[in-house]
Amino acid sequence: MAAVTWKGWKVLKYVLVIVLAVISLFPIYIMITASLKTRAQVFTIPPIWFFNPRIENYLAVLSTLNFFRFFMNSVIIGLSSTILSIGFGAMAAYALARFRFMGHRVVLTSTLFLRMIAPVVLVIPTFILWTKLGIMNTRYSVILSYIALNLPFCIWVLRTFIVDIPISIEESALIDGCGEFTIFSRIIIPLIMPGLSVAAIFTFRIAWNEFPLALVLTNRYTRTLPVAVSLFMSTTGIDWSKITAIATIIAIPAFIFTFVAAKNVIMGLTAGAVKG
Amino acid sequence: MTSKQLLQRTTPYMFLFPALAVILVAMLFPVVYGLGLSFFDWALRDIRVAPVFRGLGNYVELFKSEYFYTNIRVTLIFTLTVTVSEIVVGLILALLLEQKMAGLRIFRTIFVLPIMVAPVVVGVVWRYLYDPSFGMINYFLSVLGIEARMWLSEPQLALPSIIVADIWQWTPFVFLLLLAALQGVPKDLMEAGMIDGTNYLQNLRHIKLPVIQPIIIVTAALRLIDAFRSLVVVYIMTFGGPGKSTELLSMAVYKTAFISQRLGLASAIAVILLLIIFLITMFVFFTSRGESRR
Repeated sequence: MAAVTWKGWKVLKYVLVIVLAVISLFPIYIMITASLKTRAQVFTIPPIWFFNPRIENYLAVLSTLNFFRFFMNSVIIGLSSTILSIGFGAMAAYALARFRFMGHRVVLTSTLFLRMIAPVVLVIPTFILWTKLGIMNTRYSVILSYIALNLPFCIWVLRTFIVDIPISIEESALIDGCGEFTIFSRIIIPLIMPGLSVAAIFTFRIAWNEFPLALVLTNRYTRTLPVAVSLFMSTTGIDWSKITAIATIIAIPAFIFTFVAAKNVIMGLTAGAVKG
Repeated sequence: MTSKQLLQRTTPYMFLFPALAVILVAMLFPVVYGLGLSFFDWALRDIRVAPVFRGLGNYVELFKSEYFYTNIRVTLIFTLTVTVSEIVVGLILALLLEQKMAGLRIFRTIFVLPIMVAPVVVGVVWRYLYDPSFGMINYFLSVLGIEARMWLSEPQLALPSIIVADIWQWTPFVFLLLLAALQGVPKDLMEAGMIDGTNYLQNLRHIKLPVIQPIIIVTAALRLIDAFRSLVVVYIMTFGGPGKSTELLSMAVYKTAFISQRLGLASAIAVILLLIIFLITMFVFFTSRGESRR
C-alpha cells in the first residue's frame, strides 16, 4: 500500500515539474513565435499555433531602425564593461584576499553595501555630472557607470575563489623570485577561471540588459537595444511582430547563458546570496 | 625603510587602485552629489544655470504631497506582495522537489531562463500577453467563458498584473536558492530525526526550517531590495499608470526628473529610496552576523 502511494507521489512530482516548466517557458515561447509570424497572423484571434515561420520581421527590423548600430553599441558596451569589470575586480579581489593593509575591512564591508546601489539612484547625478564633464551620450560614459555597478559583485565573488587557493603555491613562487604581479597574472588568474566565468556572465547580463541609465545617458547614436525597443514601442504604436523580434534578439545572450552555462549561473546566484 | 619594503607596502593599493578609482568616480561621487542635489531646486532645462538652495524644502514638499504617499503605498504593496508570494511558493516547490529525481537538472536549467532575461524583455512579453485584443490571457479566459479585461489600463487590475509578471520572473530565483540550501542540510541531522521517529512535519519544523532559516532571510532581503528598486518592467508595461496606480518610487524618481523636470525633488525621492534599501541591508547584515556568531 505504502509503495503504491509512493509511486503515485513520484508521478505527481513529474506532473508538477512539467507544469512549472511550461509556465516558465510559455511567455518566452509566445514571444518567439510572434516574432516569426506575419503581421496578419499576430493579430489573429484565436491564435494560430501552427504556421510557417518567417524571418521577415527580423529583416524589417534590421533594415529600418538603425538597428545594427544599436546592436553594435550593445555588444561594444557589454563586452568592454565585462572585460574591465572582471579585470579590475580580480586585481582588487587579490589585494583583499592576500594582503593585510590599512582600510582592508572598510573596503571589504563596502563592497557588500555598494551592491545595493541601484541604477535609478545614480541616474540623475550621473546625468548632470557627465553633462558637465562633456562625456554625455558617449559609450565611454555608459561603460564607466556599468563597471562601477558591477565591480562590487565581481570583487566579492572573485575574492571567495582566491581565498580557496592554497597559499603554498604562491609562497613557492615567491621563493622562486616571482613578483606579486607575476604571481597574479601567471598563477592566480588561471586558477580562478571558473570564478571569472561566473563574474563575466553576471556582468555581461547587467550591461546587456540595463535600461534606466542607458535610457538617459545615450542618444540616437549611442543607444543600446533595450532603449531602442522601449522607444520603438512608444513611437510606432504597438507593432507586436517587430517588437517581439527585437525582444527576442535582446534575449539571445540569456538563452546562451541558460542552456550552455546553467551550472555557472546557478553557482553565481547561490554564491551571491548564501555567502553574501 | 628600504625601497623594497616601500614597494611591498604599496602593492595592495596598486592592485586596488583601478577598481577604487572607478567606484569613486562613477558610484560614490554621484551618490553624494545626488544627496546634495536633494537640497536644491533645479529645473532640467536650466541645467547650465546654477541651482537654487532650498534647504529641506524638497523633503517638506514630498511629505506634504498626496502623490508621494500614493507612491509609497504602491511600492509597499508591490514589494511585500511579490516578496511574500515568491518566498512561499519558492519554498513549497523547493520542499516538494528536494529529493533527487531524474530529469530535475533539465528542469533547473529551464527555471534559470526567466531570471536571465532582460527586464525590458519581460515587460514586452507580459504586455503582449495582457494585450486586451490580441493577448493570450484574454484568449484563454474567453475559452473558459470569462469576459476579456483591460489588464493594464484598469486601475484596480494594473498593479496585480505587474505583480504576476514579477512573480513569474523571480520565483525561480527563490526556488533555486532554497533548493541549494535544503540540499546542503547535513544528512546525519535528517537521519537522526528519522531514528527518533519524528514525522515529516516535525522534521520540517524542528530541523529543516531552522537550518535554512538564515538563507531564507537573505533570499527574502535580496528580493525585497530588488523589488524596491525595480523600475523597468513597470516602465515598459504601464509607465506608472493608469493614473498613479502602478507608480513605484523608482518610477516617481524618473518621472519627476525627466517629465516634470525637477531634478532636486527627484533626487530627494531617490535619497529616500536609497535610505530604505540601506536600512534593509543593515538589518540583514547585522542579523546574519548575529546568527553566525551563535
